[in-house]
Amino acid sequence: MTLAEKILARASGYDRVSPEQIVIARVDLAMSHENADLVRKSFLEIGVGRVWDPSKIVIIFDHRVPAESEKTATTHQAIREFVAAQGIEHFYDVGRGGICHQVLPENGHVRPGMLIVGTDSHTTTHGAFGAFATGIGATEMAGVWTEGTLWFKVPSTLRIEVEGELRPWISAKDLILHLIGRLGAAGADYRAVEFDGPAIRRMSVASRMVLTNLAMEMGAKVAFTPVDEILLDYLRPRVPEKLATIAPDADACYERVIRLDAGEDLAEPVIACPHSVDRVKPLSAVGEVPVHQAVLGSCTNGRLEDLEVAARVVAGRSIHPRTRLIVIPASQQVYREAMRLGYLETLVAAGAIINPPGCGPCVGVHQGILAAGETCVSSTNRNFVGRMGSKDSFVYLASPAVVAASAIAGKLAHPEAIVKEAEPCLTEV
Amino acid sequence: MPDGSLKLRGRVRAVLGDNIDTDIIYPGRYLNITDREKTAEHLFELVYPEIRAGLQPGSFIVAGRNFGCGSSREQAAAALKFAGAGAVIAASFARIFFRNAINLGLAAVVSPEAAVVGHASACQPAARPAMLAAGDELEIDLVAGEIHDLTQDRIFPSAPLDPRAAELLAAGGLIPYLKRKYIDQRRNPCLDTV
Repeated sequence: MTLAEKILARASGYDRVSPEQIVIARVDLAMSHENADLVRKSFLEIGVGRVWDPSKIVIIFDHRVPAESEKTATTHQAIREFVAAQGIEHFYDVGRGGICHQVLPENGHVRPGMLIVGTDSHTTTHGAFGAFATGIGATEMAGVWTEGTLWFKVPSTLRIEVEGELRPWISAKDLILHLIGRLGAAGADYRAVEFDGPAIRRMSVASRMVLTNLAMEMGAKVAFTPVDEILLDYLRPRVPEKLATIAPDADACYERVIRLDAGEDLAEPVIACPHSVDRVKPLSAVGEVPVHQAVLGSCTNGRLEDLEVAARVVAGRSIHPRTRLIVIPASQQVYREAMRLGYLETLVAAGAIINPPGCGPCVGVHQGILAAGETCVSSTNRNFVGRMGSKDSFVYLASPAVVAASAIAGKLAHPEAIVKEAEPCLTEV
Repeated sequence: MPDGSLKLRGRVRAVLGDNIDTDIIYPGRYLNITDREKTAEHLFELVYPEIRAGLQPGSFIVAGRNFGCGSSREQAAAALKFAGAGAVIAASFARIFFRNAINLGLAAVVSPEAAVVGHASACQPAARPAMLAAGDELEIDLVAGEIHDLTQDRIFPSAPLDPRAAELLAAGGLIPYLKRKYIDQRRNPCLDTV
């Protein structure tokens, strides 16, 4: 069986499952952010009173932190009251956590083999920890809070094997954008994705999370990277429970196997052009694009190695006068580490503004909204029409290194053009 | 659509292209609206604001592949439902949207035969016209998997609704379904047998 099949079989009490089969599976962890308020309302409408298991629910504020309006403040307040009334202990309030997909693994909530649902589409991120993790809607989550189970159609699996070595300044972000460009925004719809191969196994956990996070943008239901020693080393100090390892069977059946060479297939950084994540082009083919705002952050690319490479690019330089650089550490832990290591000092000295850990402008609510006619280069995950503000603004998705280089150049730029000597990105450990 | 009906009748209000994402359907800036009826005010607001204005109760939205891709926001399905859409007919749906729609009691009809295929941008008109056209009057049988275009006098196949989805739609969505399962039956065990 594939990883997806193994976990669904275990969670639904079968020895084996196969694609297309419908199973009812027990949920190991149910995560929500501010939309817990929508879940709460649906849950109260159902009327069972108590959630099925408060210890399996995690709630993390990240979409609007700190509250940007009275309406949000009231929502936060209602969730706090609900959390207290239901005895939900795993609650990360403003200033205690950060972006849900960073906070969950950082605090040891995720283990290989778990079945996780979250009311956020990028819940696929947790496949980097060997979990079957997928996004669901708020009312569906109210059903999970009620019953602790959910129906799934067993997905078929695409296996993506990556050999070779990433070139200098090329990161996991370039690799996954390249794949989304090849497969399309619906290329993995309803499917599980397994990333594997030497290039993946050399990646840091943070880089693997970029792959599983963005697999959602080609429609994946879940995505996995391997459970290996690098991952277990990350998990051991964080997870109190005994860690099980999990791997697909040698005779697992795949719908399709895609092979690529990280060095040969990715000669330069790539960019996802407006207004679709699958409009992917090599940087040199995009042409001259002046940049008004550069955003470094999000559940995709706001981790320590992302801030490190950006700091390395901007060190001793100044952000271009027409450009503003917004930096958002993915969590309080990332924030503190980046402070301790001097990355934030370097970024601020270059002219960056640091936002509090959270989703920030990625979801188009606050902290860096775009005006009509403005162009943004962003390390985030979506460039849809109006995603970050005006419907007449333009978002180009890129790696943290390209975001930092573009902030210095005032236009889309290769980090090589800024930092003359080629240095490797921190995508390998 | 009246809750519980698995046969729908109405007119096509709009025909859209592929990859209509959830930000187009319902902008992120309004995600703090948690009153489902109020979400309708912002349906397609940024790109296609005219659609909502002409949406008669029970009318249909037709689109290409991967309708509802992007965010898990349930407001996208809620806004369509409470603005009056009777169903969305698409060549395919992004999975979270599809589940959200059924859970809220909004029919999501899969029919590559009847809907646009072969175009890849959300913001331009379809490269070749959908088989269904704006203004067409349709009769949809969700269980049989049939879209009868009364205006063109043509019948298109659609994916028959799987039994679980049919059960949820017939109940009017997941909330009434679970309510009946856990609450009403507790009060009156004979309710389902009468």
